Amino acid sequence: MKKIEAIIQPHKLEDVKEALKSIGVDGMTITEVRGHGRQKGHKEVYRGMEYQVDLLPKVKVELVIADARQDEVLRTLTTAARTGKIGDGKIFVYNVADAIRIRNDDRGDAAL
Amino acid sequence: MLKTSLEIGTRFVPPRGLRVCLLSLLCAMAALAQNVPPELEKRLADLDKATKAAQMAGDNAWMLTSAALVLMMTGPGLALFYGGLVRRKNVLSTMMHSFILMAVVTMLWAVVGYSIAFAAGTPFFGDLRYLFLRGVGAAPNADYGATIPQTTYMVYQLMFAIITPALISGAFAERMKFSAMLLFTTLWSLIVYFPMAHMVWGKGGLFNASLGGKIPAFDFAGGTVVHITSGVSALICALYLGKRVGYPDESMRPHNLVLSTVGACLLWVGWFGFNAGSAVSAGSLASSAFVATHFGAAAAALGWMFAEWIHLGKPSMLGGISGCVAGLVAITPASGFVQPFPAILIGASAGVVCFLMVTAVKKKFNYDDALDAFGVHGIGGTLGAILTGVFATKEINDVYSGKPMGLIDGNPGQVLNQAAAVGVSWVLAIVGTLIILKVCDLIVGVRASEADELGGLDLSMHGEEGYTLEA
Repeated sequence: MKKIEAIIQPHKLEDVKEALKSIGVDGMTITEVRGHGRQKGHKEVYRGMEYQVDLLPKVKVELVIADARQDEVLRTLTTAARTGKIGDGKIFVYNVADAIRIRNDDRGDAAL
Repeated sequence: MLKTSLEIGTRFVPPRGLRVCLLSLLCAMAALAQNVPPELEKRLADLDKATKAAQMAGDNAWMLTSAALVLMMTGPGLALFYGGLVRRKNVLSTMMHSFILMAVVTMLWAVVGYSIAFAAGTPFFGDLRYLFLRGVGAAPNADYGATIPQTTYMVYQLMFAIITPALISGAFAERMKFSAMLLFTTLWSLIVYFPMAHMVWGKGGLFNASLGGKIPAFDFAGGTVVHITSGVSALICALYLGKRVGYPDESMRPHNLVLSTVGACLLWVGWFGFNAGSAVSAGSLASSAFVATHFGAAAAALGWMFAEWIHLGKPSMLGGISGCVAGLVAITPASGFVQPFPAILIGASAGVVCFLMVTAVKKKFNYDDALDAFGVHGIGGTLGAILTGVFATKEINDVYSGKPMGLIDGNPGQVLNQAAAVGVSWVLAIVGTLIILKVCDLIVGVRASEADELGGLDLSMHGEEGYTLEA
């Protein structure tokens, strides 16, 4: 099993969700996060006080899939989340030791 | 014919002009008649009574509404405006500063505040005839409002006494101990606000233009009494307490400008009670003050916004709401004395001047007036008080019985009187606040510990948080 962790632009979330649904990925966890990579932040001014804001709002999508689906899911994700500009985000892939469905103790791929 | 008029008169209250004509006609006819029928005399007396009751009901309705509007300016208006401007760890402590004064000042006012401010006495403070509100009841006090119960006048003025110390909290936000804040605002009300209110509005007060002041100054709704005293005291507080830990290097962005925008708009609406209510009647003077207030606020919002757009590149929501508050402050002393277009001028200049104050001047002198209570209220109030001396006109409010009032009326001396009132309020605020802060510092210590400040005053002073995400 693989865990896919994608940090994407917040406005791309709907596209990513739709695309993943269309290839039969049912489960995912979404978190609103802040961060930055190479994308520069921006300046905010409050009554003349300037603040450099370099932690920008992003959305983190986490999903766990069977090993066999890895390439297909990553392709779908990148296509859906891409705008081609700096700030599109990153995807990280992890190995997952096990998965357990709390309701009935299903394990491994059966629990996904 | 006569009988018919009388019958109509008892069924409805005709407009004031008609009432006067009717009454004089009746009196003249009654005097001509050798024997006045007792029935007619009784009807005349009844008519007189009904007329007075109707006027009293109208004025009282507006004044009670105004009192409620002015309370709304403190909570939720100012609480939201200031609450949104601080960091999230201090949102409750900042709102508490405004809220708790609604309770604290009420107690002070009931016991002694109203008497110090509004009883006749010396030019500087009133005597104790209204101690514990003794003798303040349904009967009007003709010196202040001949057509409303004195109770209404008392509670209306209470709302001003509440918001004034609450305005200062913008300067010491995010770093003052709650106990010190309570003690400070209590002493400040007693030593600075109540005497200043007496000097300007109390019978025989030093600057009272209509009730025997030696240096008559115009302050319709509290430019000196409310905004200069609070704004200048705010500067002293900011200097005495010192900067917040981390200022100006760490980010101290407002945590929620949505709250601040709602708060500022409530202030704008509440200000109609503050200024138009200061007519102490529901007549044309109230309408005039209402219009001046609104025009001033609108012009100032635009003034600040465009100044910011030109100087800093973008027109901001925070700039817009700061501007409208600055304009409301500046038009406050002038609202019952000026025509609509001078009101626009006063507002627009306050928007620009206060913008420069909180951006350029504050940066240059590097003091931490956290929420710009001085830049907006101290400076806006001073500007408004002086400009009132320029634009006050007898066309709006004939205080000097036909003689010219402001500079544009042909009375340049008035500007000096205004400056004298401004000077006295500055001095009283500076000296009073310094002494009170020193006393508070000796008794309870004014500044929160660094650990308490870093953790946020919500947790360290009040044991709660504004936003509990896991709840």
